Amino acid sequence: MSLSGDWYLGLAAVLFAIGAFGLLVRRNVLVMFMCVELMLNAANLTLVTFARMLNDVGGQALVFFVLVVAAAEVVVGLGIVVAIFRRRAGEGATADDLHIMKG
Amino acid sequence: MIAVLPTTVFVQLAVATRVDATIFAIAAVMILSGAIGVVVARNPVHSALMLVLTLFGVAVLFVEQQANFLAAVQVIVYAGAIVVLFLFVIMFLGVDRRENIAIDPLPAQRPLAVGLVALGLAGLLLLGVAAHWSVGAHSVAGQARGQSGGDVAALGRSVFTTYLFPFEVTAALLVIAVVGAVVLARRPPRAHRAGTETTALPTDSPPQGSPDGEDVVGDPMVALAEAVANAVASGVVDVTEDEHEELPVGETGR
Repeated sequence: MSLSGDWYLGLAAVLFAIGAFGLLVRRNVLVMFMCVELMLNAANLTLVTFARMLNDVGGQALVFFVLVVAAAEVVVGLGIVVAIFRRRAGEGATADDLHIMKG
Repeated sequence: MIAVLPTTVFVQLAVATRVDATIFAIAAVMILSGAIGVVVARNPVHSALMLVLTLFGVAVLFVEQQANFLAAVQVIVYAGAIVVLFLFVIMFLGVDRRENIAIDPLPAQRPLAVGLVALGLAGLLLLGVAAHWSVGAHSVAGQARGQSGGDVAALGRSVFTTYLFPFEVTAALLVIAVVGAVVLARRPPRAHRAGTETTALPTDSPPQGSPDGEDVVGDPMVALAEAVANAVASGVVDVTEDEHEELPVGETGR
Protein backbone atom coordinates (compact mmCIF):
# COMPACT_ATOMS: atom_id res chain seq x y z
CA MET A 1 0.00 0.00 0.00
CA SER A 2 1.12 3.49 -0.71
CA LEU A 3 1.32 6.29 1.74
CA SER A 4 -1.83 8.26 2.37
CA GLY A 5 -2.54 11.08 -0.05
CA ASP A 6 -1.87 13.82 2.51
CA TRP A 7 1.86 13.52 2.05
CA TYR A 8 1.67 13.82 -1.70
CA LEU A 9 -0.67 16.80 -1.56
CA GLY A 10 1.50 18.57 0.98
CA LEU A 11 4.58 17.97 -1.14
CA ALA A 12 2.76 19.26 -4.22
CA ALA A 13 1.70 22.39 -2.32
CA VAL A 14 5.30 23.06 -1.29
CA LEU A 15 6.51 22.47 -4.84
CA PHE A 16 3.91 24.90 -6.16
CA ALA A 17 4.98 27.47 -3.57
CA ILE A 18 8.63 27.17 -4.60
CA GLY A 19 7.66 27.60 -8.25
CA ALA A 20 5.51 30.64 -7.51
CA PHE A 21 8.28 32.18 -5.43
CA GLY A 22 10.80 31.67 -8.22
CA LEU A 23 8.41 33.15 -10.77
CA LEU A 24 7.99 36.25 -8.61
CA VAL A 25 11.66 36.68 -7.76
CA ARG A 26 13.74 35.65 -10.76
CA ARG A 27 14.26 37.98 -13.71
CA ASN A 28 15.68 35.70 -16.38
CA VAL A 29 12.83 34.89 -18.74
CA LEU A 30 13.91 31.28 -19.24
CA VAL A 31 14.20 30.61 -15.52
CA MET A 32 10.74 32.12 -15.05
CA PHE A 33 9.49 29.65 -17.63
CA MET A 34 11.06 26.79 -15.70
CA CYS A 35 9.31 27.98 -12.56
CA VAL A 36 6.01 27.82 -14.44
CA GLU A 37 6.90 24.23 -15.31
CA LEU A 38 7.46 23.52 -11.62
CA MET A 39 3.99 24.84 -10.82
CA LEU A 40 2.45 22.75 -13.60
CA ASN A 41 4.17 19.67 -12.22
CA ALA A 42 2.84 20.39 -8.75
CA ALA A 43 -0.66 20.56 -10.20
CA ASN A 44 -0.09 17.29 -12.06
CA LEU A 45 1.07 15.58 -8.90
CA THR A 46 -2.04 16.80 -7.12
CA LEU A 47 -4.27 15.49 -9.90
CA VAL A 48 -2.65 12.06 -9.89
CA THR A 49 -2.94 11.91 -6.11
CA PHE A 50 -6.64 12.74 -6.24
CA ALA A 51 -7.09 10.16 -8.98
CA ARG A 52 -5.68 7.58 -6.60
CA MET A 53 -7.55 8.79 -3.53
CA LEU A 54 -10.92 8.89 -5.27
CA ASN A 55 -10.15 5.93 -7.56
CA ASP A 56 -11.16 8.06 -10.54
CA VAL A 57 -9.37 7.91 -13.85
CA GLY A 58 -10.52 11.43 -14.76
CA GLY A 59 -7.61 12.91 -12.81
CA GLN A 60 -5.11 10.98 -14.88
CA ALA A 61 -6.86 12.00 -18.10
CA LEU A 62 -6.62 15.61 -16.99
CA VAL A 63 -2.88 15.19 -16.38
CA PHE A 64 -2.61 13.88 -19.92
CA PHE A 65 -4.20 17.06 -21.27
CA VAL A 66 -2.10 19.25 -19.00
CA LEU A 67 1.02 17.65 -20.46
CA VAL A 68 -0.14 18.46 -23.99
CA VAL A 69 -0.96 22.04 -23.09
CA ALA A 70 2.37 22.42 -21.29
CA ALA A 71 4.25 21.22 -24.37
CA ALA A 72 2.36 23.67 -26.61
CA GLU A 73 2.91 26.47 -24.11
CA VAL A 74 6.64 25.85 -23.94
CA VAL A 75 6.95 25.77 -27.73
CA VAL A 76 5.10 29.05 -28.24
CA GLY A 77 6.73 30.70 -25.23
CA LEU A 78 10.23 29.82 -26.32
CA GLY A 79 9.35 30.97 -29.85
CA ILE A 80 8.39 34.35 -28.39
CA VAL A 81 11.61 34.45 -26.37
CA VAL A 82 13.68 33.69 -29.46
CA ALA A 83 11.84 36.38 -31.44
CA ILE A 84 12.38 38.95 -28.69
CA PHE A 85 16.07 38.15 -28.37
CA ARG A 86 16.56 38.30 -32.12
CA ARG A 87 14.88 41.69 -32.24
CA ARG A 88 16.91 43.06 -29.37
CA ALA A 89 20.26 41.52 -30.18
CA GLY A 90 22.95 42.14 -27.60
CA GLU A 91 20.66 43.73 -25.06
CA GLY A 92 19.56 42.47 -21.70
CA ALA A 93 18.27 38.99 -20.97
CA THR A 94 15.86 39.82 -18.18
CA ALA A 95 12.18 40.55 -17.90
CA ASP A 96 12.96 44.08 -16.68
CA ASP A 97 14.46 44.98 -20.04
CA LEU A 98 11.20 44.29 -21.85
CA HIS A 99 9.37 47.55 -21.32
CA ILE A 100 8.47 48.44 -24.90
CA MET A 101 4.76 48.44 -24.10
CA LYS A 102 5.20 50.58 -20.99
CA GLY A 103 2.87 53.57 -21.13
CA MET B 1 -1.44 -21.57 10.80
CA ILE B 2 -4.50 -19.41 11.27
CA ALA B 3 -2.77 -17.45 13.98
CA VAL B 4 0.36 -16.96 11.87
CA LEU B 5 -1.39 -15.68 8.74
CA PRO B 6 -2.55 -12.27 10.04
CA THR B 7 0.85 -11.49 11.50
CA THR B 8 2.65 -12.30 8.22
CA VAL B 9 0.16 -10.17 6.33
CA PHE B 10 0.71 -7.40 8.82
CA VAL B 11 4.50 -7.72 8.54
CA GLN B 12 4.28 -7.64 4.76
CA LEU B 13 2.05 -4.60 4.94
CA ALA B 14 4.43 -2.87 7.32
CA VAL B 15 7.43 -3.67 5.13
CA ALA B 16 5.57 -2.45 2.04
CA THR B 17 4.61 0.75 3.79
CA ARG B 18 8.17 1.28 4.94
CA VAL B 19 9.45 0.77 1.40
CA ASP B 20 6.83 3.15 0.08
CA ALA B 21 7.71 5.72 2.71
CA THR B 22 11.40 5.42 1.82
CA ILE B 23 10.67 5.84 -1.88
CA PHE B 24 8.46 8.81 -1.14
CA ALA B 25 11.14 10.40 1.04
CA ILE B 26 13.82 9.97 -1.63
CA ALA B 27 11.53 11.33 -4.34
CA ALA B 28 10.51 14.24 -2.15
CA VAL B 29 14.14 15.14 -1.51
CA MET B 30 14.80 14.96 -5.26
CA ILE B 31 11.80 17.14 -6.06
CA LEU B 32 12.42 19.79 -3.43
CA SER B 33 16.17 20.06 -3.96
CA GLY B 34 15.62 20.26 -7.71
CA ALA B 35 12.97 22.94 -7.32
CA ILE B 36 15.14 25.00 -4.98
CA GLY B 37 18.03 24.51 -7.39
CA VAL B 38 15.93 25.87 -10.28
CA VAL B 39 15.14 28.99 -8.29
CA VAL B 40 18.57 29.73 -6.82
CA ALA B 41 20.91 28.63 -9.63
CA ARG B 42 22.65 31.58 -11.21
CA ASN B 43 23.34 29.82 -14.49
CA PRO B 44 20.22 28.99 -16.56
CA VAL B 45 21.81 25.73 -17.72
CA HIS B 46 22.07 24.61 -14.11
CA SER B 47 18.44 25.58 -13.62
CA ALA B 48 17.44 23.37 -16.54
CA LEU B 49 19.41 20.41 -15.16
CA MET B 50 17.86 20.89 -11.74
CA LEU B 51 14.48 20.90 -13.46
CA VAL B 52 15.27 17.43 -14.81
CA LEU B 53 15.87 16.24 -11.22
CA THR B 54 12.47 17.54 -10.14
CA LEU B 55 10.72 16.01 -13.14
CA PHE B 56 12.25 12.60 -12.44
CA GLY B 57 11.14 12.82 -8.83
CA VAL B 58 7.60 13.58 -9.94
CA ALA B 59 7.75 10.62 -12.33
CA VAL B 60 8.79 8.36 -9.42
CA LEU B 61 5.78 9.55 -7.44
CA PHE B 62 3.56 8.87 -10.49
CA VAL B 63 4.78 5.27 -10.55
CA GLU B 64 4.28 5.08 -6.81
CA GLN B 65 0.62 6.01 -7.35
CA GLN B 66 0.00 3.47 -10.12
CA ALA B 67 0.07 6.03 -12.93
CA ASN B 68 2.66 4.18 -14.97
CA PHE B 69 1.71 5.58 -18.36
CA LEU B 70 1.83 9.15 -17.09
CA ALA B 71 5.24 8.50 -15.54
CA ALA B 72 6.57 7.33 -18.89
CA VAL B 73 5.02 10.30 -20.66
CA GLN B 74 6.42 12.61 -18.00
CA VAL B 75 9.95 11.36 -18.61
CA ILE B 76 9.62 11.34 -22.41
CA VAL B 77 7.80 14.65 -22.89
CA TYR B 78 9.22 16.71 -20.06
CA ALA B 79 12.74 15.44 -19.56
CA GLY B 80 13.15 14.34 -23.15
CA ALA B 81 11.56 17.18 -25.07
CA ILE B 82 10.82 20.24 -22.98
CA VAL B 83 14.10 20.41 -21.08
CA VAL B 84 16.05 19.74 -24.27
CA LEU B 85 14.12 22.59 -25.88
CA PHE B 86 15.04 24.82 -22.95
CA LEU B 87 18.72 23.89 -23.26
CA PHE B 88 18.57 24.45 -27.02
CA VAL B 89 17.16 27.94 -26.58
CA ILE B 90 19.58 28.81 -23.77
CA MET B 91 22.60 27.82 -25.82
CA PHE B 92 21.19 29.17 -29.08
CA LEU B 93 20.64 32.60 -27.58
CA GLY B 94 23.86 32.54 -25.58
CA VAL B 95 22.19 33.67 -22.39
CA ASP B 96 24.05 31.13 -20.27
CA ARG B 97 26.15 33.68 -18.46
CA ARG B 98 25.86 33.94 -14.76
CA GLU B 99 23.33 36.27 -13.30
CA ASN B 100 24.05 38.11 -10.10
CA ILE B 101 20.96 37.31 -8.07
CA ALA B 102 22.26 39.19 -5.03
CA ILE B 103 21.24 42.47 -6.67
CA ASP B 104 17.57 43.22 -6.22
CA PRO B 105 16.34 46.13 -8.37
CA LEU B 106 13.06 46.36 -6.53
CA PRO B 107 13.85 46.43 -2.80
CA ALA B 108 10.46 45.27 -1.54
CA GLN B 109 10.02 42.49 -4.07
CA ARG B 110 11.59 39.57 -2.26
CA PRO B 111 10.05 40.09 1.17
CA LEU B 112 6.73 40.65 -0.53
CA ALA B 113 7.12 37.46 -2.57
CA VAL B 114 8.07 35.47 0.52
CA GLY B 115 5.08 36.85 2.40
CA LEU B 116 2.63 36.20 -0.41
CA VAL B 117 3.84 32.66 -1.05
CA ALA B 118 3.93 31.79 2.66
CA LEU B 119 0.41 33.15 3.07
CA GLY B 120 -0.88 31.17 0.10
CA LEU B 121 0.84 27.98 1.20
CA ALA B 122 -0.42 28.30 4.76
CA GLY B 123 -3.95 28.89 3.54
CA LEU B 124 -3.77 25.94 1.20
CA LEU B 125 -2.43 23.55 3.82
CA LEU B 126 -4.95 24.77 6.38
CA LEU B 127 -7.82 24.27 3.95
CA GLY B 128 -6.50 20.83 3.05
CA VAL B 129 -6.23 19.69 6.65
CA ALA B 130 -9.62 21.15 7.52
CA ALA B 131 -11.31 19.42 4.57
CA HIS B 132 -9.37 16.16 5.08
CA TRP B 133 -7.71 16.83 1.74
CA SER B 134 -10.24 15.16 -0.47
CA VAL B 135 -13.96 15.52 -0.64
CA GLY B 136 -16.14 14.36 -3.49
CA ALA B 137 -17.67 11.40 -5.19
CA HIS B 138 -15.59 8.35 -6.01
CA SER B 139 -15.06 6.98 -9.51
CA VAL B 140 -17.18 9.50 -11.41
CA ALA B 141 -15.30 9.22 -14.71
CA GLY B 142 -14.48 5.56 -14.33
CA GLN B 143 -12.36 3.52 -11.97
CA ALA B 144 -8.64 4.02 -12.10
CA ARG B 145 -7.81 0.66 -10.53
CA GLY B 146 -9.16 -2.81 -11.01
CA GLN B 147 -9.84 -2.52 -14.73
CA SER B 148 -8.53 -5.07 -17.17
CA GLY B 149 -5.31 -3.93 -18.78
CA GLY B 150 -4.15 -1.80 -15.88
CA ASP B 151 -3.84 1.96 -15.79
CA VAL B 152 -2.82 2.27 -19.44
CA ALA B 153 -6.01 0.64 -20.67
CA ALA B 154 -8.13 2.57 -18.16
CA LEU B 155 -6.62 5.87 -19.26
CA GLY B 156 -6.93 4.97 -22.92
CA ARG B 157 -10.58 4.01 -22.55
CA SER B 158 -11.27 7.24 -20.71
CA VAL B 159 -9.46 9.45 -23.22
CA PHE B 160 -11.05 7.82 -26.25
CA THR B 161 -14.59 7.67 -24.91
CA THR B 162 -15.40 10.18 -22.19
CA TYR B 163 -12.80 12.73 -23.19
CA LEU B 164 -12.82 12.20 -26.94
CA PHE B 165 -13.75 15.77 -27.83
CA PRO B 166 -11.04 17.35 -25.63
CA PHE B 167 -8.60 14.90 -27.17
CA GLU B 168 -9.52 16.12 -30.66
CA VAL B 169 -9.17 19.70 -29.49
CA THR B 170 -5.64 18.98 -28.28
CA ALA B 171 -4.77 17.89 -31.81
CA ALA B 172 -5.91 21.29 -33.10
CA LEU B 173 -4.01 22.96 -30.27
CA LEU B 174 -0.78 21.20 -31.21
CA VAL B 175 -1.15 22.19 -34.85
CA ILE B 176 -1.77 25.80 -33.84
CA ALA B 177 1.29 25.71 -31.57
CA VAL B 178 3.51 24.33 -34.33
CA VAL B 179 2.32 26.95 -36.83
CA GLY B 180 2.73 29.69 -34.23
CA ALA B 181 6.25 28.59 -33.38
CA VAL B 182 7.23 28.53 -37.04
CA VAL B 183 5.79 32.00 -37.62
CA LEU B 184 7.47 33.38 -34.50
CA ALA B 185 10.88 31.87 -35.09
CA ARG B 186 11.03 32.62 -38.81
CA ARG B 187 13.75 35.00 -39.86
CA PRO B 188 12.41 38.09 -41.62
CA PRO B 189 12.90 37.72 -45.40
CA ARG B 190 15.83 39.62 -46.84
CA ALA B 191 15.62 41.19 -50.28
CA HIS B 192 19.32 40.63 -50.85
CA ARG B 193 19.18 36.87 -50.41
CA ALA B 194 16.04 36.59 -52.52
CA GLY B 195 17.77 38.49 -55.35
CA THR B 196 20.81 36.21 -55.44
CA GLU B 197 18.59 33.14 -55.46
CA THR B 198 16.63 34.26 -58.49
CA THR B 199 19.73 35.31 -60.43
CA ALA B 200 20.98 31.76 -60.08
CA LEU B 201 18.06 30.64 -62.23
CA PRO B 202 19.15 31.79 -65.71
CA THR B 203 22.70 30.45 -65.36
CA ASP B 204 21.48 26.89 -65.43
CA SER B 205 18.31 27.39 -67.45
CA PRO B 206 19.86 27.28 -70.95
CA PRO B 207 19.92 23.62 -71.92
CA GLN B 208 23.43 23.43 -73.32
CA GLY B 209 25.09 26.03 -71.08
CA SER B 210 26.14 29.46 -72.19
CA PRO B 211 29.88 30.30 -72.04
CA ASP B 212 29.63 33.24 -69.65
CA GLY B 213 26.47 32.37 -67.79
CA GLU B 214 28.15 32.33 -64.37
CA ASP B 215 28.88 36.02 -64.05
CA VAL B 216 25.38 37.18 -64.83
CA VAL B 217 24.09 39.22 -61.93
CA GLY B 218 21.47 41.88 -61.45
CA ASP B 219 17.88 41.88 -62.58
CA PRO B 220 16.70 38.33 -63.23
CA MET B 221 14.76 39.21 -66.35
CA VAL B 222 17.76 41.03 -67.83
CA ALA B 223 19.94 38.06 -66.94
CA LEU B 224 17.46 35.70 -68.56
CA ALA B 225 17.42 37.80 -71.73
CA GLU B 226 21.22 37.86 -71.77
CA ALA B 227 21.43 34.11 -71.37
CA VAL B 228 18.98 33.60 -74.21
CA ALA B 229 20.92 36.04 -76.34
CA ASN B 230 24.16 34.16 -75.61
CA ALA B 231 22.54 30.89 -76.54
CA VAL B 232 21.23 32.39 -79.77
CA ALA B 233 24.64 33.89 -80.61
CA SER B 234 26.44 30.59 -80.09
CA GLY B 235 23.96 28.89 -82.42
CA VAL B 236 22.48 26.58 -79.83
CA VAL B 237 18.95 27.94 -80.07
CA ASP B 238 17.24 28.67 -83.33
CA VAL B 239 15.41 31.95 -82.84
CA THR B 240 12.99 31.47 -85.65
CA GLU B 241 11.57 28.27 -84.31
CA ASP B 242 11.40 27.84 -80.60
CA GLU B 243 12.49 30.82 -78.58
CA HIS B 244 9.17 30.86 -76.86
CA GLU B 245 9.46 27.21 -75.99
CA GLU B 246 12.84 27.66 -74.38
CA LEU B 247 11.66 29.98 -71.65
CA PRO B 248 8.99 27.71 -70.15
CA VAL B 249 11.54 24.89 -69.94
CA GLY B 250 13.79 27.14 -67.93
CA GLU B 251 10.90 28.12 -65.73
CA THR B 252 9.89 24.58 -64.96
CA GLY B 253 13.51 23.65 -64.32
CA ARG B 254 13.40 25.87 -61.29
